[in-house]
Amino acid sequence: MTELPRLPTSGGCRDVPILKQRGQREVFCGLTGIIWLHRKMQDAFFLVIGSRTCAHLLQSAAGVMIFAEPRFGTAILEETDLAGLADAQTELDKVVDELLTRRPDIKQLFLVGSCPSEVIKLDLAKAAERMTQRHAPSVRVLNFSGSGIETTFTQGEDACLASMVPVLPKTEDRQLLLVGALPDVVEEQAIGLLEAMGIGPIKVLPAPRASDDLGVGPGTVYALTQPFLGDTHDALTRRGARHIPAPFPFGEEGTTQWLAAIATEFGVSADLFEQVTAAPRARARKAIAQAAEALKGKSIFFFPDSQLEIPLARFLTRECGMTAIEVGAPFIHKGLVGPDLDLLAEGPTISEGQDVDLQLDRARAARPDLTVCGLGLANPLEAEGLATKWAIELVFTPVHFYEQAGDLAGLFSRPIRRADLLKLEVS
Amino acid sequence: MKLTVWTYEGPPHVGAMRVATGMTGLHYVLHAPQGDTYADLLFTMIERRNHRPPVTYTTFQARDLGADTANLFKTAAQDAYDRFKPQAIIVGASCTAELIQDDPGGMAETMGLPVPTIPLELPSYQRKENFGADETFFQIVKTLARPMERTKQITANLIGPTALGFRHRDDIQEVTALLSDMGISVNVVAPMTSSPADIARMGAAHFNVLMYPETAESAARWMERELDQPYTKVVPIGVGATRDFVAEVAAISGNEAYVDTSRLRLPWYSKSVDSTYLTGKRVFLFGDGTHVLAAARVASEEMGFEVVGLGCYNREMARPVRAKAREMGLEATITDDYLEVERVIEALQPEMILGTQMERHIGKRLGIPCSVISAPVHVQDFPARYSPQMGIEGANVLFDTWVHPLVMGLEEHLLHMFREDFEFHDAAGPSHHGGHAPSPGAEGGAAPRPAASPRDFSGTETGGGQVIWLAEAEKELKKIPFFVRGKARRNTEVFAAERGVAQISVDTLYEAKAHYAR
Repeated sequence: MTELPRLPTSGGCRDVPILKQRGQREVFCGLTGIIWLHRKMQDAFFLVIGSRTCAHLLQSAAGVMIFAEPRFGTAILEETDLAGLADAQTELDKVVDELLTRRPDIKQLFLVGSCPSEVIKLDLAKAAERMTQRHAPSVRVLNFSGSGIETTFTQGEDACLASMVPVLPKTEDRQLLLVGALPDVVEEQAIGLLEAMGIGPIKVLPAPRASDDLGVGPGTVYALTQPFLGDTHDALTRRGARHIPAPFPFGEEGTTQWLAAIATEFGVSADLFEQVTAAPRARARKAIAQAAEALKGKSIFFFPDSQLEIPLARFLTRECGMTAIEVGAPFIHKGLVGPDLDLLAEGPTISEGQDVDLQLDRARAARPDLTVCGLGLANPLEAEGLATKWAIELVFTPVHFYEQAGDLAGLFSRPIRRADLLKLEVS
Repeated sequence: MKLTVWTYEGPPHVGAMRVATGMTGLHYVLHAPQGDTYADLLFTMIERRNHRPPVTYTTFQARDLGADTANLFKTAAQDAYDRFKPQAIIVGASCTAELIQDDPGGMAETMGLPVPTIPLELPSYQRKENFGADETFFQIVKTLARPMERTKQITANLIGPTALGFRHRDDIQEVTALLSDMGISVNVVAPMTSSPADIARMGAAHFNVLMYPETAESAARWMERELDQPYTKVVPIGVGATRDFVAEVAAISGNEAYVDTSRLRLPWYSKSVDSTYLTGKRVFLFGDGTHVLAAARVASEEMGFEVVGLGCYNREMARPVRAKAREMGLEATITDDYLEVERVIEALQPEMILGTQMERHIGKRLGIPCSVISAPVHVQDFPARYSPQMGIEGANVLFDTWVHPLVMGLEEHLLHMFREDFEFHDAAGPSHHGGHAPSPGAEGGAAPRPAASPRDFSGTETGGGQVIWLAEAEKELKKIPFFVRGKARRNTEVFAAERGVAQISVDTLYEAKAHYAR
């Protein structure tokens, strides 16, 4: 195929002990995923059954006001719902009926569980089943939980996609399924490269519309484009599909390894692979090299957030010359990020979960050149003189595959360049 | 269950956070699941705060629910005390923790922490952010403030400013200056800028200045009763209100009323000829009750606008807002549903909106200029420059910020003169939108139900029903600048409908224009 990646001589991080602490976590809950999922699935509505806090989180995390009537909302539980004065299921039917009458364009409705709905044990699976029958065939109703007591940030997307897998029609066809909600432009690039190698048919989950003929079965092999899709991975495996494990497609190396794993599965010749990837690889290397100048020799510290931390640490240390001090992830699924851990040279602390105060102590002691963290921590750390990169940008910005590899490096180099640029102190 | 796509106010514990984050030496232990920490970013991103809010979230997970969430709370509270060494702690539950009924207040009390521990009962499923702030501040004051000897010199407490408040930072400075000019110094500003130790000495002031009833009215009432401190009722936003405020302070303190108007520009700017075009501009007001009430007076008495509608999203202020609306011959819009506000705006077709960030977006969508007068806040509401709403400089700021979104006086005349000009065509939009303003959709929407008033008319009478625009009239209507076209269309339709005219001709259009001319 192509040359094998240089494995770190000191050994990778797959088997290093993981630091696990329990305390306050400074992370979003899974509801946040709705912000990008509703853009991706254009005929879907996400109805959170929750509290005013859930509604407030969604509008705050989106960071924007609503320009048109959005395709997400919150059915806010009220005192009467909790006191059992109103049957919550009947109330929910009412809200959904109203919603679907007003929005005939909606073909998929997701009932999204929240912390309060989980605590009062509101059975949304039952509700979804009932509503699917009631509104069939025009609307399909599914449910998943984005609650903070069960999901962290990007896990919401995992829960959503996993909820779609059991209802996909069965197919025996040999096909490649790309799993993960990516911006269209990025998705098209990946499909373009794979098709140029003669691989097909290629399907994506989530499909932009419910009517798209996506099936799954024993002929299906799938590649994950995001490292947080553990439940979706399990659900697909249960449907007989087979996972193609690979490093995640961030940076030139990650993209090449990810494509190579698929190419091997489909018996693509080394020549053809080289022919298809040579030009974009060269472009990616060049673009990374430019952005990486500011990153070389700099240290980086990851607070757990998007779950992309391990693949990104691999990219930044191997392709941009950075040194990782700590790589924190909300949770570590070695079945998914194992190949990335293999490539990440031993050295950094690998941590799972969080006690934010203790982790802040470690970051302050280490004084990294760049700290990747959530929005709640970024300005306070900047005020302490630590340059930061907000993790949420990594989820909202196209960063996958060759053509975005330079942009990805740029996201990290910009805060460092900016810190050098500004001459604001009295000299 | 209520379907909500956007909300003006967060949950009540966010109100408590606004109080805690504005203060120093206070820590908030919040029993809450993972994810509720999103609220931190409101403060660090929108307000650009350089410190984390002083909040410890217990971060319980699903697996803790059957086990021991109570113990988790105790550990979190102890760790928070050990690490931050606050002078006082407030404890409470977010919406989810309220359901598991761990009683954080009771638990904290039994822990025997060496500082005052103040329990908060904030019903998440009934109340909202402003209530949370008001109640939290009230509980802190009730626990810590005591009657004490008054300061020798006359002093006042400024109460109500919080973190994430609309221009609170600058209003404090302006009100301090107003009082200082009258020989009154400030004892404590709270909650923002104060510590629990400061709260404890609030009783030394002679009276309280209630800057924002939304966040401090309960505390003001309690202090009036228990500490014998009167509080001011006038919120000094606008020239008239500032003068009234000064008179009220004089009456309470016995000091002579004095206001330094050397920097006051609003009255002259409003009188100067360029402002003639502001006359009778139809404005719609929406926001929190305090800011809307103040803006209604400024808009009508100090800018010469015509207030065509007003309302607020916080029900706590519904009564005074309704009263003000009645006084102006209007019906108040009291709702926290922005879609309802949008419908009202569409129906009223105002020439300007004074509202929140949401109304600014509604205005963009409808092609109506908007100036922001109230929370909920946006990063733009924390300008780097000094930009108060209250006092003398506040009045100047109001004039500027309300006038800037409008098409300026001469520009408006030029638009009339050159309405067919290639650069002034409709799609270009007003220049302050950089020519990229979205073109308004349906002009004016449906006409409201007409009131009968017989008069001369042109056109064919049918006795009610649909009004049709004849092609010539439609063409003529297009010549009217877009920013008044909606109003012209609506007025003409009302005029025609009132007279039973079924078809609008060019004559009907101009008869309507003459009819509505002021």
